[in-house]
Amino acid sequence: MYVTSNTIVALATPSGEGAIGIIRLSGAEAISIVQKIWKGKKIFEQKTHTLHFGRIVSGTTIIDEVVVSLYQNPRSYTGEDVVEISCHGSQYIVEKIMVLCAENGAVYAKPGEFTQRAFLNGKLDLTQAEAVADLIASQSSAAHHAAIHNLRGGFSHDLKAIREELIKFSALIELELDFSQEDVEFANRSQFLSLIENSKFKIQNLIDSFRLGNVIKQGVKVAIIGKPNVGKSTLLNALLNEERAIVSEIAGTTRDTIEETLNISGILFRLIDTAGIREHTLDVIESIGIERSKKAMLEADIVVYLFDLTNFDEQELLNTIKEIQQSGKTFLVVGNKADLAAHKVLSSFPFEIMSLSAKNEGAQFLREAIFQKATDGKLNTEGTIITNARHCAALKEVLQSLLDVQSGFDNKIPSDLVALDIRRCLYFLGEITGEITNEDKLDYIFSKFCIGK
Amino acid sequence: MFNVYDVIVVGAGHAGCEAAAAAANMGSSVLLITMNMQTIAQMSCNPAMGGIAKGQIVREIDALGGTSGIITDLSTIQFRMLNRSKGPGMWSPRSQNDREMFANTWREKLESIPNVDFWQDVVKGLIVSRETVKGVVTGMGIEIFGKTVILTNGTFLNGVIHIGEKQFGGGRIGEKNATGITEQLVGFGFETARLKTGTPPRIDGRSLDYSKMEVQEGDDEVVGFSYLPIKKIKPEQQKCCWITYTSSVVHEILQTGFEKSPMYQGRIKGSGPRYCPSIEDKINRFAERDRHQLFVEPEGWNTVEIYVNGFSTSLPEDVQFKALRMVPGFENCKFFRPGYAIEYDYFPPTQLKFTLETKLIKNLFFAGQINGTTGYEEAACQGLMAGINAHRSVIEQEPVVLKRSDAYIGVLIDDLINKGTDEPYRMFTSRAEYRTLLRQDNGDLRLTELGHKIGLATDERLRIMEEKNKQVCSIKQSLSEISVSPETINDYLLSIDSSPISEKYKTEKLLLRPGISIEDLMNNIPDLISSLKDFPRLALEQAEIQTKYEVYIEKEKELVKKMAGLEDLIIPESFNYSKLTALSTEARQKLDKIRPQTLGQASRISGVNPSDVQILMVFMGR
Repeated sequence: MYVTSNTIVALATPSGEGAIGIIRLSGAEAISIVQKIWKGKKIFEQKTHTLHFGRIVSGTTIIDEVVVSLYQNPRSYTGEDVVEISCHGSQYIVEKIMVLCAENGAVYAKPGEFTQRAFLNGKLDLTQAEAVADLIASQSSAAHHAAIHNLRGGFSHDLKAIREELIKFSALIELELDFSQEDVEFANRSQFLSLIENSKFKIQNLIDSFRLGNVIKQGVKVAIIGKPNVGKSTLLNALLNEERAIVSEIAGTTRDTIEETLNISGILFRLIDTAGIREHTLDVIESIGIERSKKAMLEADIVVYLFDLTNFDEQELLNTIKEIQQSGKTFLVVGNKADLAAHKVLSSFPFEIMSLSAKNEGAQFLREAIFQKATDGKLNTEGTIITNARHCAALKEVLQSLLDVQSGFDNKIPSDLVALDIRRCLYFLGEITGEITNEDKLDYIFSKFCIGK
Repeated sequence: MFNVYDVIVVGAGHAGCEAAAAAANMGSSVLLITMNMQTIAQMSCNPAMGGIAKGQIVREIDALGGTSGIITDLSTIQFRMLNRSKGPGMWSPRSQNDREMFANTWREKLESIPNVDFWQDVVKGLIVSRETVKGVVTGMGIEIFGKTVILTNGTFLNGVIHIGEKQFGGGRIGEKNATGITEQLVGFGFETARLKTGTPPRIDGRSLDYSKMEVQEGDDEVVGFSYLPIKKIKPEQQKCCWITYTSSVVHEILQTGFEKSPMYQGRIKGSGPRYCPSIEDKINRFAERDRHQLFVEPEGWNTVEIYVNGFSTSLPEDVQFKALRMVPGFENCKFFRPGYAIEYDYFPPTQLKFTLETKLIKNLFFAGQINGTTGYEEAACQGLMAGINAHRSVIEQEPVVLKRSDAYIGVLIDDLINKGTDEPYRMFTSRAEYRTLLRQDNGDLRLTELGHKIGLATDERLRIMEEKNKQVCSIKQSLSEISVSPETINDYLLSIDSSPISEKYKTEKLLLRPGISIEDLMNNIPDLISSLKDFPRLALEQAEIQTKYEVYIEKEKELVKKMAGLEDLIIPESFNYSKLTALSTEARQKLDKIRPQTLGQASRISGVNPSDVQILMVFMGR
C-alpha cells in the first residue's frame, strides 16, 4: 500500500544547466530535512509563506548560497509541508543538494507524485489533477491556456452549475411525485423546458469544444500527399522553414517515425510521414508510394492533396479528390506552381482549389488555410475546452439523456420516468465530477416547500 | 418458568409483531414481550397503511412472506391507489384501516402461530456476556434467556410527552415509558440521541359538520396489499374521508400559544421529521401560506373517533381547541384528547450491520423507531428483516441482505446503516434510485422466490407467483405475435387522437403509445380478446407494464449494472483508514466506524465525498 508518511524530493525546474534550479521537498519531514543541511535562521521557527536566505552545507563544506521558500501544511501545493530550495543552476550543485536531502531522509519523487499528493490531500479534484498532467505536457500556448483554465477548476465549475440546476429541477419533479397528496404548488413546465434547453446548449458547446480541445492537446495530424514531382518537398520545407527541417534530419533519428511539428497561432500541427516525402518514396516507386499515401491519409485529421497546375488530368484529379472525400477526412486541394506561365486555370470545377506557389509565399497561405480547417476559424480559449476523451464521452451521454428528458415531456411521459432520464443525466455528470446523493434533492425540497400532514 | 428461546422480541408494535411472526414461521421458538397485551400492533398515529413509497414496502413485506399486508387487507375501510396518473413505479397503495380491527387481527394471527409465546412485562435490561446477548431481565426481576434478542422499543425508551407547558414520562399517551435499557446500552459503548414526533388531537365525529368539507372516496377497485387471494372489502362498502383547511384566523390563534410551546421554549431537544411537521412548525416556517390542508380520517367501522391528519401539535390543549374550532366543519368540535409531542431515545443506526444486528453486541438486533425511523411500514420491514436474520443466526445460516436494486427494504437499511439519520427517517420514492424496478406490482416477482427459499413464504405463495409469471409470459408472447390491420384499428386510433396506421402493426407496438391500454386493445382487436380473455386482470396489467415501460426498465437496469461496478470492489475487512491521512478527517472517522464492505457502500456514507472515494480507489490500486 501507498504510504504518504515519507518526504519526497525532486528538481522542479528542467534538468540541465540553467541560471537557477529549484529543488522541492514535500512531506512531514520536509522542514527538518532542510534544517539539517542548512546554515541560517532556524527554518522551523519561521512563518509559513516566507523566504529565507542562507547556505546549504555538507558537514562544514558550503555547497551553495540559496533562498528557501517555506509553505506549511495545509496551505501548500500538495497540502503537506513544502520547502523549495532555489539554488544556482549548475548540474553539480543541484545533484549535490538532492543527494544531501536523500541522505537526510527524503526519497526521490516518482513522476507526478507531487500532483498525486495534492489530489490525495484534496487540494485538486480529478479534473484539476488531469489538467496538471495536461499542463505539463502542453506544447502550445492554446494547450497551455486550456490546461490552466481547467486547473483553476473552470471545467468543474461549468459542470457544477449545470448539475445544480438539474438537481433543483429534479427536486421539483420529486416533489410532485413523493408529495402528490400534499397541498403544494407544482413547478412550471415551461420553466423546466427552458432550463433543459439551456443545459443542452451548454453541454453541446462543451462537446463541440472537444474537437478543438483534442486539436489543442494532441495537435492536428496533417498528411501532404500527391503525385511525383508536384512539389511536396518544397512545400513541406517552406511550411517548416528550411533550417528547422534540416535540423530534424540529424542522423540517428528513426526515419520512419519522423514527425515534424508546426506551430500555427498557438496550435500544434503534426505532419505525417515527412520522412516519406523527403525520401521521395511517396512518388519514386509507384506501389509503395500509393500505400504510404493511403496510410498517411488514414492517420491524418487533415489531408492536403497537392497537384501540379501545369501538368494534370482533370478527370483523374476529380476521381482522386472524390476518393479522399469518401474517406470522410477534412481536406484541402492545393494546386502548386501557380507562378509558372504554363499553369492551367480550372473553371467550373466542383471542388474548391487553392492555387499557390510553394516556392514563393504559398506556404503562408497554406498555413492559414490549415489553421482555418482545424479550428473552423474559431479559436477562443477563454471558455472551457474539453481536452479529455473520457469527459467527452460522458458529456455525450449527458446530452442524450437531456434529449430523452425533452422528448419525454413532449410525449407527456409520466414525470417519474422523465426523472429517470434526469437521474441518468446526473449520473453521467457524476462520472466526471463526482456523485450526487438523493439527500441533495430532499434537502432542497424541505427547505423550499411546506410538506407534511 | 421459561425455556431458552431462539428469539426474544421486546415490544409488540409493527416491528415487533413482524419480527416475532417471521422468526416463528421460519421455525424459531419466539417469546414476544410487551408491556400491555391489549396494545399489540397499535396504530399509534393515523389509522392508515401504505402511501407513496410506504405502500411498496408493505407489498415487499408481503412478497417475502411477512404479515402486515394480510392484516391491512383484512382491516381496510377505504383503499386508494395513489399516483395512478404517474408511471407504474409511482403507483402506491394506501388504505384507511379500522384501528381496533387491525390490532385484533394481528394478535389473532400471532396467537395462531404455535411457537410464539407471550409475556406481559417491561424489559429493564439485557443479559450480556462476552459481548454476546444472552437474554433479558424484566421489571418483575425475571431473567429470561434467548439465543437472540430483538429490541423494538418504539417511542418508549425514556419517552417524554409534551403538551404546552406540561410534560410527563410516557411511551404513548396513557402508557408508561421504559427506562434502563438506554443507560445499560450506553454503558456498553452505544451512542444514543433524542428524536421527537407528534400526533394531532382526536375528535368526536358526532360533533363535526361534514357538509362543510370536501369528500374523498375510495377507489372503484380495491387492489389491496397482499399478493395472496385475501378476501378484500367491496368497493361500495368503503368509508370516505374528508378534506378541510386551516385559515389565517386559525393560524393567529395558534400563534398565541407559541410562548408556551415546548418546541419554541427549547424544552424539546430532539429533531422532528421535516416532512411531518407540527401545525405550529408549518405556520412558522411557511408564514406566507394562509391555509394548510387537513385530512379528516375515520378511525374505524364502529367508532365515532376522528383523526385530524395535518394538525399534529404540542401547543397547550386550550389553544389547540380554540384554533381547531375555527376550521370549517369543526365549529362545534369536541376533543377526545389533545395532540401531543413525544421525545424518545434512539440509537443512531450506523451502529448496525446490514442484518440489523448491532456491531457491539452479538445476537442483539434493533428494529423500528429505535433505529431512528418513523412510520409503521418502515418499522414493520425492519422487524421482518431482524426476525429473518435472528432466525438465520440461530440456525447458523448466511444472513439475508436485500440490495438497493432488490427492494425499498434494501434501500432503507442501506441508508440507515451507511448514512445514519438525525431526524426520523421516512421512505420516499426519491430515495430509491431504481424505483422503476421497485414497483408495487412486481414485489412478488422480485422477492417471493427468496422468501420461499428461506422458509418464510409458503408453497402457496410461490405457486401463485409462478402462475402469474407464466401467464405474463404467454400474454407478452401473444402481444408480440398478434398483428392488427389498419381497417380494424384505425377508427379507434382516430377516436383517441392517435395517428392511424398504414400497414399491419404488432399489437405490442401499439401498446407502447401513450394513452393506449391493453384493455383498449382487447376491446378493439378481436384476435387479441379471444387469446387473452381468460387471463386474470393482474397478469394482464403486469404484462402491460412490462411492455409499455420496457425502455425505461432497461435504462434503469443499465444504471444498476453501472453502479454494480463499485459494489463489486471489496474493501478488505482489515483496511486501515486511520493511516490514510489523505482522506478528510470526517470521512476517515466515518469509514472507520462503519467499515463498509465495498467501495459502493463507502460512496453512500454521509460525510464521505466523491474525492474520498477516488482516493480509496487509488489506494486499492485502481
